[in-house]
Amino acid sequence: MAATTTGAPALRRKRTRERLRILGFLSPWLIGFSVFFGYPLIATVYFSFLHYNQIERPEFVGLRNWTYVLTQMPLFGPALWNTLWLVVVMVALRVVFGLGIGLLVTRITSGAGFFRTAFYLPYLAPPVAATVAFVFLLNPATGPVNGILGAVGIPAPSWFNDPHWAKPSLVLLSLWGIGDLMVIFMAALLDVPKEQYEAAELDGAGAWGKFRYVTWPSITPIVLFAVVTGVVQTMQYYTQALVAGKLASGVSIGPGTVIQPGYPDHSTLTVPQLVYSLGFQNFNTGAACALSLVLFALAMAVTVLLMRKRAGLLPAED
Amino acid sequence: MLLPRLRTCLPAALAGAGLLLSGCARPAVGSDRDDPTAPVTLNFWHGWSTPDEVKAIDDSIARFERLHPHIRVRATGNVTDDTMNQALRAGGGDAPDVVSSFTTNNVGQYCSSGMWADLDPFLKKTGVVKEKVFPKPLLAYTQYRGKQCALPLLADTYGLYYNKDAFEKAGISRPPHTMSELKKDAVELTRRTTDGTYRQLGFMPNFRLYQNSPDRLFAQWGPTYFDRNGKAQLAKDPATKDFFTTQRELIDAQGGYGPTERFRTTFGDEMSSQNAFLTGKLAMHMDGEWRGLLLRKAPAPFAWGTAPMPVPDDRADTYGRGCLTGTVAGIAHSSRHQNAAWELVKFLTVDTDQVVAFANALHNVPSTNAALTSPKLDADPTFRTFLGIAAHPHSTALPPSINGAQYVTALQDFGYDVEAGKVRDLDAGLRGLDAQIDADTLQSEN
Repeated sequence: MAATTTGAPALRRKRTRERLRILGFLSPWLIGFSVFFGYPLIATVYFSFLHYNQIERPEFVGLRNWTYVLTQMPLFGPALWNTLWLVVVMVALRVVFGLGIGLLVTRITSGAGFFRTAFYLPYLAPPVAATVAFVFLLNPATGPVNGILGAVGIPAPSWFNDPHWAKPSLVLLSLWGIGDLMVIFMAALLDVPKEQYEAAELDGAGAWGKFRYVTWPSITPIVLFAVVTGVVQTMQYYTQALVAGKLASGVSIGPGTVIQPGYPDHSTLTVPQLVYSLGFQNFNTGAACALSLVLFALAMAVTVLLMRKRAGLLPAED
Repeated sequence: MLLPRLRTCLPAALAGAGLLLSGCARPAVGSDRDDPTAPVTLNFWHGWSTPDEVKAIDDSIARFERLHPHIRVRATGNVTDDTMNQALRAGGGDAPDVVSSFTTNNVGQYCSSGMWADLDPFLKKTGVVKEKVFPKPLLAYTQYRGKQCALPLLADTYGLYYNKDAFEKAGISRPPHTMSELKKDAVELTRRTTDGTYRQLGFMPNFRLYQNSPDRLFAQWGPTYFDRNGKAQLAKDPATKDFFTTQRELIDAQGGYGPTERFRTTFGDEMSSQNAFLTGKLAMHMDGEWRGLLLRKAPAPFAWGTAPMPVPDDRADTYGRGCLTGTVAGIAHSSRHQNAAWELVKFLTVDTDQVVAFANALHNVPSTNAALTSPKLDADPTFRTFLGIAAHPHSTALPPSINGAQYVTALQDFGYDVEAGKVRDLDAGLRGLDAQIDADTLQSEN
C-alpha cells in the first residue's frame, strides 16, 4: 500500500516532466504559431464584428460587416470570381507547365546546366520588375509582341488593356516565372528509381505507360504540394495584378491619384486587393476582416478537398 | 475534470484576448498646449515630388523659417494619402505634425474621424476670419459637417486645352461653349488614317482617360450628390441622366466606345512626352491648370490654347464654370506641437505673398481671395483661364463624405459600365448607384 502511494506521485511527476520536455521542444513552433497565426486569426474574427476605423474606439455591430461584404458590396462578386478563375487556371497551368519543363530538363543530356539556369532565372526577377517588363512587352501600341503578331498577320489582342485578356496575360507572366516548380518537379523526377522504368520497359510500357504507371505515382505527393501551395499563393494574389492594372491604365500615379485596383473593368481585381482597399484605404477594418475570413475559409476548403484521398493526389499508404 | 478546467480557463483566455485586442485600438493623443514660441522641430508631410515642386516647397519652408527662427521644419515629400492615413492611425514619435493631401476627397474622412485636428480654435485665437480669406467653394471642400479640419493650400481647376493648329485646319474659330458645340467640333477635328484607324480624335470623353474621371466632367452640370440628410440623390437629379447621355453621345459621334477605347490604349503615360494631347492624338482635352506648364516645357509642337470646359446647352449661362479641387493642409491629431504646427499651416495657406509665390512656382491656382487678385500672379493668359474658372460662381467641388472618395469610385465604376453600354436602364442603374453609395456611407458611420 505504502509502495503504491509513494509510486503514484513519482509517476505523476515523471509524466509532468515528460510533458514539459515535449512542450519545451514544441515551444518555438507553439510560440510562432500563436503569435503569427493564432492571435491574428482570433483578432480577425473579433474585429469582423466591430466597426473600427483604426482611430476611434471600436464598437460592436453584430453581423453588419458580414451583411455588407456578402450582400451589399458589388465588387465582392467580381473579385471572388477573378480569384477563383486564377486559382483554377493559373495553378493548373503552372503545375502542368512546371512538370513539363521539369521532364524536359531532366532528359537533356548536353547543356543541362544552361537550360536549368535559363528556366530558373525568371523566378528570381522581382514581381514588380517582371510585371513592368510584361506590361511593356505586351503594350498594344508599342509592345514588340504585338508588333511581331501584326507582322505575321495574327490579330493582336490588347492584353492587359482588354478585360478578356487581362487574366490570361497574368497567367502568361506566372508561367514565365515557373522556375520554382521546375526545380521541385526536377528533384522529384530524378528521385524516381531507374529500376522501375527498366521493369516497365521489360513489361512493354511505352513513354506514356512509363509516365502513367511509374512517374506519376511517385511524384503525386509533390504534385499535391505544388497544387496546395499554388492554391494558397494564388488566393493571396496581389502585387502583379495591381501593378499590371495600374501601369496598363496609363494614368499617372501621383500622391493625390485615386487608383482603383482591377483595371480594366475589374478584370484583375482579386480578393486580397479588396481586403487592402477596405482595410487600409477605406479603413473599414471590420469588413476587411470579414472578407479575409471568407478567403481563409475558401483556402481551407480547397486544401481539405485536395488532401482527401479521393482527390487522387495522396498515395494509397497515406 | 476537463469541464471545470474549461470553465475557468475559457473566460480567462477570452478576457485576456479581449484586453490584448482592445489594446490595439488606442489612438495616439496630441496636444494644443505647446508654446509656439519655444524651439521645436516640426515634421511636415506633403505630396510634392518632382524637382521643381520640391524646390518650391523647400523655398516656402525657408521663408517660414526666416520668419520663425525657433521652428525647424523637417519636410518629407511624395507622401500619398494612403501612407499618411496609415501612419496617422499607427501613431508614433515620427508621425507628422503638419500634413497635406493632394486631394480633397478624403477631407470628410479626416474631419469625421478626428485624424486631422479641428482648425477653428486656431483660426479664432489668431484672428483669421476664414470666410474673408478663402473663396466659398474652397472653404466648403475643406470642412465636413461644420468641422474645419483642413485649409486650402492652392487649388486645381479643370478646363479645356485645345490644339489651335488643328482648329485652324478644321476651320473652327473658337473653342466650344456648349456640349452640342463640343460634339460638332469633336467630329470635325477627328482624323483617320487610310485604314480607318484614328490619327486624331476630336475629344475623348472616355472616363478612363487620364484626368477624365466622371466627377470632373459632371461638374459642368453642377450636380447635387447628396440631399440634406446625406442620402445620395443622383437618380433624382435630372442632370445625372443628362450627363451620362451626353457622354455616350460624344463617344458615339466619334466612332463608338470600342474603337475609341482601342485608340486610348495606344496613348502614352499621362505625365510623359507621350501624353496623347502633346503627341497630337487628341485635338481637345480636359486637364488641370498644371498641364500648361508641362506643355510649355515639352514644348508642344503646335499652338495651343485654354478655355473653360463647355456646359450643357440648357445651362449656357453658366459657361466659365469648372471642377474645383486642390491640395489641402492640416494638423495631425497626434501632434504634440499643434500651436507651432498652426503657425506653419497659417503661413502656407493664409499669407498672401507666400500663396502667390507658391502658386507661381507650381503653376497652380492660388487659394485665397487676396492671392487670386494679386498683381504678382502669373500673367500668362492660358493660366488666367483657370483663375477665371476658380472664381466663377458656378464652379463646384466634390462634397466631402465620411468615407472619403468611396462614392466617387462608385460613380466611376458606374460610369465605366454606362460608357461600355452595360447599363440598359439608366434610371434603374442610378437608383442602384444611390443605394450603393448609401450602403457604403452607412457602413462607414459609427
